[in-house]
Amino acid sequence: MAVNNSFLKSVAYFPGLSTEELDSVKKLIFEKKVERGDIIVFEGDPPEALYFVSSGVVKMFRTSAEGKEQVLNIVRPGESFNDVPAFDGGLNLASAQAMGPVTLYGIPKHSLDLFLQEHPQVAVSVANVLAAQVRHLVSLVEDLSFRPVVGRVAKVLLEYAGDGTSPGQQLTQQDMAAMAGTAREVVSRSLKVLQSEGVIEIDRHRIVITDKEALRGIAGASN
Amino acid sequence: MVVMPVVDREKCNGCGLCISVCYCEALILVDNVITVLETEECGWCTECEAVCPTGAIACPFEIVIEHS
Ligand code: SF4
Ligand code: SF4
Repeated sequence: MAVNNSFLKSVAYFPGLSTEELDSVKKLIFEKKVERGDIIVFEGDPPEALYFVSSGVVKMFRTSAEGKEQVLNIVRPGESFNDVPAFDGGLNLASAQAMGPVTLYGIPKHSLDLFLQEHPQVAVSVANVLAAQVRHLVSLVEDLSFRPVVGRVAKVLLEYAGDGTSPGQQLTQQDMAAMAGTAREVVSRSLKVLQSEGVIEIDRHRIVITDKEALRGIAGASN
Repeated sequence: MVVMPVVDREKCNGCGLCISVCYCEALILVDNVITVLETEECGWCTECEAVCPTGAIACPFEIVIEHS
């Protein structure tokens, strides 16, 4: 299998491991290739493995009771996912879907305990990785539950809309996130909410405000 | 002319992640920098922007008010 040491060293879990230690890590790793749209991990299932992305990108998301998707994280090469359930043995916290062709390396859950016993220094890296994930998730939780983000996104749309005579400003979802003081993932969800409420339409690269008064109401509610 | 995502050539590191997620084959690497080909197939899914680690590719929306 083509797991090479330079890739493993780029993984946040394994910096500073010697060549012999990396060789013993490699013995535990399996490779998996998936295609665009494939679900790698299902929310609520028992965990099978801890995964690292070797190439491609994986999207982590949760689905609400009404079937709405909230993206939690985008996982790029060298990063891990499904860490928490793989370590604590609880059910998978989120689903993972391949955004294109993806090559993954996995460590089966049943090998992880032994692995950490044999390489206790990795536990420090694990703590760092998990701490960074908690920080990211806590800021998402704040945005999703405590702050009226949809209202702030509505306000940004109103502020930057063209009046029909002059063209509107061009804004990416990243720009809107910065202006609304939130994360891109939350803007994406907010736009979907506004669309499903019928106040905007998204026509490829145009956001058309179809009900300005209603949008004003939503924006005002955020004050 | 088809409006397409915009690339900041200075920021692109040639990692190819945007190509891996794009379903319409609009993105190619030329001299290790992303080049965008015009195509009606691009549905402005914005996934190229979402996955780019350096902010080199952008899918800006034009915001307009519909006058009835
Ligand atoms: S917006 Fe979507 S379809 Fe268009 S170039 Fe980006 S990834 Fe491809
Ligand atoms: S993802 Fe960003 S940095 Fe990587 S090739 Fe595409 S535009 Fe360039």
